[in-house]
Amino acid sequence: MIPAAFEYYRPKDMAGVLSILEEHGDDARVMAGGHSLIPMMKLRMADVGHLIDLQDVEGMSEIDISGNTIRIGAMVTQHDIIDHHALSAAAPILREAALQIADPQVRYMGTVGGNVANGDPGNDMPGLMQCLDATFHLTGPDGEHTVAARDFYEAAYMTAREDDQVLTAVSMPKPAGGHAYEKQKRKIGDYATAAAAALIVKDGFTCASASIAMTNLSDTPVYSEAAGAALVGTSVDDAAVGAAVAAMLGDIDPTEDNRGPIAFKKHVAGVILRRAIERAWSRA
Amino acid sequence: MKDEVTSREERIENLKGMGCSRKRVEDARFTQGKGNYVDDIKLDGMLFGDFVRSPYAHAKVVSINTEEAMKVPGVLAVLTAADLAPLGLHWMPTLAGDKQMVLADGKVLFQGQEVAFVVAEDRYAAADGIEAVEVEYEELEVLVDPFKSMGSDVVLREDTVDDAGKPVDGAHGPRKHHNHIFTWEAGDKDPTFEVIDAAEVVAEETMYYHRTHPCPLETCGCVASMDKVNGKLTLWGTFQAPHAIRTVVSLISGIEEHNIRVISPDIGGGFGNKVGAYPGYVCSVVASIVTGKPVKWIEDRMDNLMTTAFARDYWMKGRISATKEGKITGLHCHVTADHGGFDACADPTKFPAGFMNICTGSYDIPTAFLEVDGVYTNKAPGGVSYRCSFRVTEAVYFIERMIEVLAIELSMDAAELRRINFIKKEQFPYTAALGWEYDSGDYHTAWDKALKTVDYAGLRAEQAQRVEDFKAGKTRSLMGVGLSFFTEIVGAGPVKNCDILGLGMFDSCEIRIHPTGSAIARLGTISQGQGHATTFAQILASEIGLPADSITIEEGDTDTAPYGLGTYGSRSTPVAGAATAMAGRKIRAKAQMIAAYLLEVHDDDVEFDVDRFVVKGAPERFKTMKDIAFAAYNQAIPGIEPGLEAVSYYDPPNMTYPFGAYVCVMDIDVDTGTTDIRRFYALDDCGTRINPMVIEGQVHGGLTEALAVALGQEIAYDDMGNVKTGTLMDFFLPTAWEVPNYETDHTVTPSPHHPIGAKGVGESPHVGGVPCFSNAVQDAFRAFGLRHTNMPHDHWRIWKTANELGLHG
Ligand SMILES: Cc1cc2nc3c(=O)[nH]c(=O)nc-3n(C[C@H](O)[C@H](O)[C@H](O)COP(=O)(O)OP(=O)(O)OC[C@H]3O[C@@H](n4cnc5c(N)ncnc54)[C@H](O)[C@@H]3O)c2cc1C
Repeated sequence: MIPAAFEYYRPKDMAGVLSILEEHGDDARVMAGGHSLIPMMKLRMADVGHLIDLQDVEGMSEIDISGNTIRIGAMVTQHDIIDHHALSAAAPILREAALQIADPQVRYMGTVGGNVANGDPGNDMPGLMQCLDATFHLTGPDGEHTVAARDFYEAAYMTAREDDQVLTAVSMPKPAGGHAYEKQKRKIGDYATAAAAALIVKDGFTCASASIAMTNLSDTPVYSEAAGAALVGTSVDDAAVGAAVAAMLGDIDPTEDNRGPIAFKKHVAGVILRRAIERAWSRA
Repeated sequence: MKDEVTSREERIENLKGMGCSRKRVEDARFTQGKGNYVDDIKLDGMLFGDFVRSPYAHAKVVSINTEEAMKVPGVLAVLTAADLAPLGLHWMPTLAGDKQMVLADGKVLFQGQEVAFVVAEDRYAAADGIEAVEVEYEELEVLVDPFKSMGSDVVLREDTVDDAGKPVDGAHGPRKHHNHIFTWEAGDKDPTFEVIDAAEVVAEETMYYHRTHPCPLETCGCVASMDKVNGKLTLWGTFQAPHAIRTVVSLISGIEEHNIRVISPDIGGGFGNKVGAYPGYVCSVVASIVTGKPVKWIEDRMDNLMTTAFARDYWMKGRISATKEGKITGLHCHVTADHGGFDACADPTKFPAGFMNICTGSYDIPTAFLEVDGVYTNKAPGGVSYRCSFRVTEAVYFIERMIEVLAIELSMDAAELRRINFIKKEQFPYTAALGWEYDSGDYHTAWDKALKTVDYAGLRAEQAQRVEDFKAGKTRSLMGVGLSFFTEIVGAGPVKNCDILGLGMFDSCEIRIHPTGSAIARLGTISQGQGHATTFAQILASEIGLPADSITIEEGDTDTAPYGLGTYGSRSTPVAGAATAMAGRKIRAKAQMIAAYLLEVHDDDVEFDVDRFVVKGAPERFKTMKDIAFAAYNQAIPGIEPGLEAVSYYDPPNMTYPFGAYVCVMDIDVDTGTTDIRRFYALDDCGTRINPMVIEGQVHGGLTEALAVALGQEIAYDDMGNVKTGTLMDFFLPTAWEVPNYETDHTVTPSPHHPIGAKGVGESPHVGGVPCFSNAVQDAFRAFGLRHTNMPHDHWRIWKTANELGLHG
């Protein structure tokens, strides 16, 4: 469990990061909390000649809530999210989800930026960000760009981010309505067998809008527009939930692994989504 | 004087002897990170060795090119089988009478097998060196299924056939096929079959006890240091049996045993994984001899899970017969045992399937027959006893499942079925149909206490209601009541029938009392977390009347400790604990003579009382053990040698038979397959209880490992022989989060043949726990027609059971 030799850098600012990226191209990688990247390097599945530690780079560790917008710096840890009262009040689903990621030790190190940039279908935050309709802020040699979370993921470990770009923050509108993050896992510290993020806005007795995303059920997170649409205008009764589940099942494409065969995963995905919808609705 | 005002109760309390929950003396260093494990050992100029391992499960090794590796900075040597062959060290004996490749000798038999040993200045250079070794393989057909292996033309091991391709005899007799290792039988075949064929009721079941791994937190490793000046080899390592390792190293290396010093430092859990000898030990010793420098080898987690000894992997086929009323009449068990590429069990020589013949369990079964076939496959070698005496978890799982299946066949309550078949208190010592003589037991008392405590009738009523609610669509959760009643066989063992590689399985203790009334005792065992330094001092405190706090316990250094066979199979207390008491009694006998001399009375006129000898009938006239210790060294006593020391080698007359009654209450989510353990009650009878707190800790640990095995922990392979569960992400190691609150309880039935009546407890909770958790899962589905489903009961397999029973609509 020893990585191949690599050069280690710890620049103080973004300019420093970008110049190293430029110099070494795809032989260089940024590291945030290291809790996805270092295990891959130790298994020698990731070959990183030049490792750029982002810990000392200024300006990426803030949580900002102003007006209707939430902005979370890429280096904010999963633990910071759990610990931040204003954020928990503004977007309680973030805390509910973060508490279901890994274990406390990992959450002290693992960052929001690393979790969403990693591109591992097992990560919980990509689906969560899609549910929240977040925007990812990237910076690179040709300046700042933004990409919608819903457009970011292309395949496992393949994202819209270019190798020479750094993700600096995620931002999102303050979510309205009821929320739920529901995750089934084999034990603490495990990635999801199936997870569902749900946000539902209620108007009187009917659902005004709904946003649903699923985790670890395809090679990317799955934002299921159809599942949300199946709820809108209904009283979120059994039939509507059934329709949402059916729509979601049409969007996911799980594979068999140690967590179980495809039929099981589909069944659990349905159960988990049903629970997420029920809880979100009860809070809406 | 203080002594005179101290009451007898206070004197007993001051000793912290047997029965007291003395705090563990080891914990001060462990909780402060001050333990000294093998990887903490750092010697001047120490090198690091590590393995090139096979990515294939079955392949010919066409060539090994070490040229590039030798160019890696810091790499000093790369050993291959060709280097070891001239020394005769490319193969080594296993503890099971088989032999094992140290480094791939022309082929590999399992994924992760050791192919070459890279020796470098540090572990980083070694890792880079490993990458640079070029091995050319030619893939061969992979056999991961023992049944297919037994029918395959593919010869896994060339040493199993003669020139004509005919199977040759193995260590335990004739082979049925070239991939067959042994057949082992116990009991009477024909009478058993007759009874079963004629029985009113017969239940049959096939069950697979999946392959898993002991997975100690600390992996295996060693440091070998050959001193070329004085010819002495020192070997530190994670050895559960340091003396046996010394003898084995001497036998295979030719170094005289007095020139070998084996040291087991602190060990971070063993659970059977650290009993055997591994290629890493041999290669480190050779590398140290070659380089003249100390060489360290430490496994990483994947190495540990994928290559060093696994546990279980037993396919068990059972038939149990009974009268209509439920009185069991006969039992037949056939096992197909998958040993992987080499038979690397660590069972006593005469028991190639361990004590599997304890599979009649706690029941009075008049006739029984067991047959076990060992088979080679392309999986990692082993078959060790993971937190149990030799194959006892398998045996207990088998019988506790057969009882449940029989209860279903009889439409009977499984608790009642157990009760009417228990061996009765007055039947002990009881000779079982498969040969063992159970020393003692009182099963009915334990069972009744357990069922009463958990309100068994109430649980069944609640469960019936739940089934009704489920059928009415009111809930999607089922409730399981898991029962198990186990009898273990531990404390191997009597030298007349127990040896490992010819080494008799006695154990030992040597005591030296210091002049000022403190002491050191050394034993042939070695703690891996069991707390020997705490509990053995308590045995001695009660035996010799010196406070446990004044007694140092030392183990694990073969230059200082007396010879013993080590710690596994719950043998430390039954064997070394007995030696400790016996050595203590020798001390006491001499102390009695000294006391009598000092008190100017006849030897028979003094008697032992807690911490002193008193003149019979005159308790005010006494000599404390402290006084006696001082006199032993400093006073000329006619006819008595100076000093106060003793040694005892204890050859146990029999095994001990701890037992227990466990109940688990579990809720199961039928839709997701998740389980919630609502209650777990564990009653253990380990005979005399030395330290209740340590017992409780052992029970908690053993139950947690039982939970792991029952609910998800496995070493799984795909068809190509790739290990699918080689990291802790997929290999289930429970955390505090997954573990329920355990309720512990006890009865006390002392062993009649053990000097202090103790039976051993470290493994009981694992042995009894696995069937209890499993039975809880299976019991939840009994009302819906489930007879048996295999472990591990992880989410998807439980879901599959529910699905197959039609519970998902
Ligand atoms: C035992 C264990 C259990 C876990 N369980 C879960 C779980 O249940 N759910 C879950 O979601 N995660 C889980 N994780 C992963 C954990 O949350 C990681 O911390 C997270 O995935 C990555 O964050 P990081 O800050 O550690 O990123 P790193 O490991 O440092 O980086 C990950 C990847 O993202 C890239 N990267 C990082 N930051 C940036 C940036 N600012 N811009 C561009 N690229 C960047 C890196 O180059 C790398 O490719 C687990 C990890 C462990 C070790």
